Amino acid sequence: MRRILTAAALAAGTALGFAGAAYATDLEVTHWWTSGGEAAAVAELAKAFDATGNKWVDGAIAGSGGTARPIMISRITGGDPMGATQFNHGRQAEELVQAGLMRDLTDIATKGKWTEVVRPKGLLDSCTIDGKIYCVPVNIHSWQWLWLSNEAFAKAGVAVPKNWDEYVAAAPALEKAGIVPLAVGGQPWQTSGAFDVLLLAVGGTDAFLKVYKDKDGEFAGGAEIAKVFKAADDARKMSKGTNVQDWNQATNMVITGKAGGQIMGDWAQGEFQVAGKVAGKDYTCLPGLGMSNALATGGDAFYFPLLKDAEKAKAQEVLAETLLDPKTQVAFNLKKGSLPVRGDVDLNSANDCMKKGLDILAKGTVIPWTDQLLSQDTQKQKEDLFSEFFAKPDLTVEDAQKRFADIVSSAD
Amino acid sequence: MASTMSSAAKRPSRLFRNLSAKIASVPMILTALVVFVGGTLWTVLYSFTNSRLLPRLKFVGLDQYERLWATPRWLVSIENLAIYGVLSLIFSLVIGFVLAALLDQKIRFEDTFRTIFLYPFALSFVVTGVVWQWLLNPDFGVQAVVRSLGWESFAFDPLYNSSIVIYGVLIAALWQGTGFVMCLMLAGLRGIDEDIWKAARVDGIPAWRTYLFIVLPMMRPVLITTLVIIAAGIVKVYDLVVAQTSGGPGIASEVPAKYVYDYMFFAQNLGQGFAASTMMLLSVAIIIVPWAYLEFGRRR
Repeated sequence: MRRILTAAALAAGTALGFAGAAYATDLEVTHWWTSGGEAAAVAELAKAFDATGNKWVDGAIAGSGGTARPIMISRITGGDPMGATQFNHGRQAEELVQAGLMRDLTDIATKGKWTEVVRPKGLLDSCTIDGKIYCVPVNIHSWQWLWLSNEAFAKAGVAVPKNWDEYVAAAPALEKAGIVPLAVGGQPWQTSGAFDVLLLAVGGTDAFLKVYKDKDGEFAGGAEIAKVFKAADDARKMSKGTNVQDWNQATNMVITGKAGGQIMGDWAQGEFQVAGKVAGKDYTCLPGLGMSNALATGGDAFYFPLLKDAEKAKAQEVLAETLLDPKTQVAFNLKKGSLPVRGDVDLNSANDCMKKGLDILAKGTVIPWTDQLLSQDTQKQKEDLFSEFFAKPDLTVEDAQKRFADIVSSAD
Repeated sequence: MASTMSSAAKRPSRLFRNLSAKIASVPMILTALVVFVGGTLWTVLYSFTNSRLLPRLKFVGLDQYERLWATPRWLVSIENLAIYGVLSLIFSLVIGFVLAALLDQKIRFEDTFRTIFLYPFALSFVVTGVVWQWLLNPDFGVQAVVRSLGWESFAFDPLYNSSIVIYGVLIAALWQGTGFVMCLMLAGLRGIDEDIWKAARVDGIPAWRTYLFIVLPMMRPVLITTLVIIAAGIVKVYDLVVAQTSGGPGIASEVPAKYVYDYMFFAQNLGQGFAASTMMLLSVAIIIVPWAYLEFGRRR
């Protein structure tokens, strides 16, 4: 009996070995997913990786991407690379790849037919540098959402708006009812992101791409973008009195009806879910602020530093395959509140807002987001400008636009 | 005469005097040269390049500096540092000295008071920042307390007002730092000979004049030590701002050190960060060099 079991185990071992891992290899994975929902989502990835016979060593870094990325980068450049690390795909790891510090995944991608399964196609493009694939996208997040509190609008006695213009028109009524019309937290990326969303919604897809893709400074200083700045000025006035820092605190103002709405990415959805709110009944979501039909596909991806250790390199391959596995994709993204990167998986439990998003994705109206289009340097300059713009009422719209145009002209 | 000659003959070279002590200090000298001087030169050199995430030697002249001085955030940072620096220097010296002079009156429970005043110094700037973030929060802190006492229109929310936010940071810094200045000053006061006081009293000089015109000038070494410690703290102020305001609202409480960090590591633009840190070094040098020359050069 025992002999048969041993044989079976051996056979299983051989089979597994063929798949890439005969014995456990520890692989350290760093990421900045530390909030409740995020940690639960990471646990799914770890579970799936452990099931392959390897061991996921969790290297969570608290304090959001801004804190985590410098630590990750200095470990990689300092010669102490981890097994795998999260970045937002796009240009955050661009120079690490160019310096030859990251692993080329093209072979694994060809084997796994990633170009066929990953949807939308743009995702894999942002992992590709000089024709080679360097990262595994794991989810899709989009910024272009307006979250509205139905309770706040009922209290103010106005109908829940269907687009940005109606929302601006409703702002005085909200203010009269003692409600902050638009919650905008104090962290720089929030104001800068809100402006980008307005640019896409008010200016349209072409204008968005002309500014951020073609980096046309003259256009950015022109009349069409002036309209966007007018909208940003409205947003600035509506956001007066927010007085919170973190995005989830701002979202909480919408959840509790203290604020009318918030421009925030789909990760805000998790907060509504945790608070037990129902989409359509307690809150309303407007993708593209109800004006634009395009969604940008930012998101998270895993990059693999080049390692000398052959065993670990093998474990990296296994992890890369595991991350794109349909089962892992569903388990991870349901917990994370994001959309999977595969078109061939089924998300039955998606709620109304997620379905709206899936619809837009299915129609294929997706555009690249600033993470993919702009360098971190330009992003930071933009953040500095808009955090000043939103906090300082005496910075005029004209001055701000002029500075914006300067940033765009010198952008890379 | 003969003994001087023999001792002169015994030591052939000044280089080998106290040889063991010199050997022992070699590692420290090397560290200072390589880490401080070397690192500084390296930073200055690379500030003339267009290094992004990784340092690379591709020179672009003064581009980084031109961009730096055209950046509103840098100008705001410099202005903030100037306000914060001048005021925190003046106030921590004045308050510290007054507290020390008061404690010096041979009062009861001196130890207790000293502990109370020095206690904030045991907290890091990060903790200080968070504490004062709450104290100055209009909904929970000072403003809310005063309002609940009946003054409904009382407004004190420096952290949410762009034009005065730096004073909110200053208050926190003074709360944290003056106790330490007081201790240094107290040590200086205790080092003054009793006889000086007796002489002043015999001459009928009032106590405040004795402090100001006799004791204070005698405390010169202590004052200089204090000055250096405070000044170093001012230039490198970073953690307090990060914890208390994260530079906000907007960019109203940004400081140069935070600009350096943000551009080096967050914006992945080493060249820009190096240019900013070189400017910080330069401004320190402009203040320190003439002073050091006057202070130490004169004695030769």
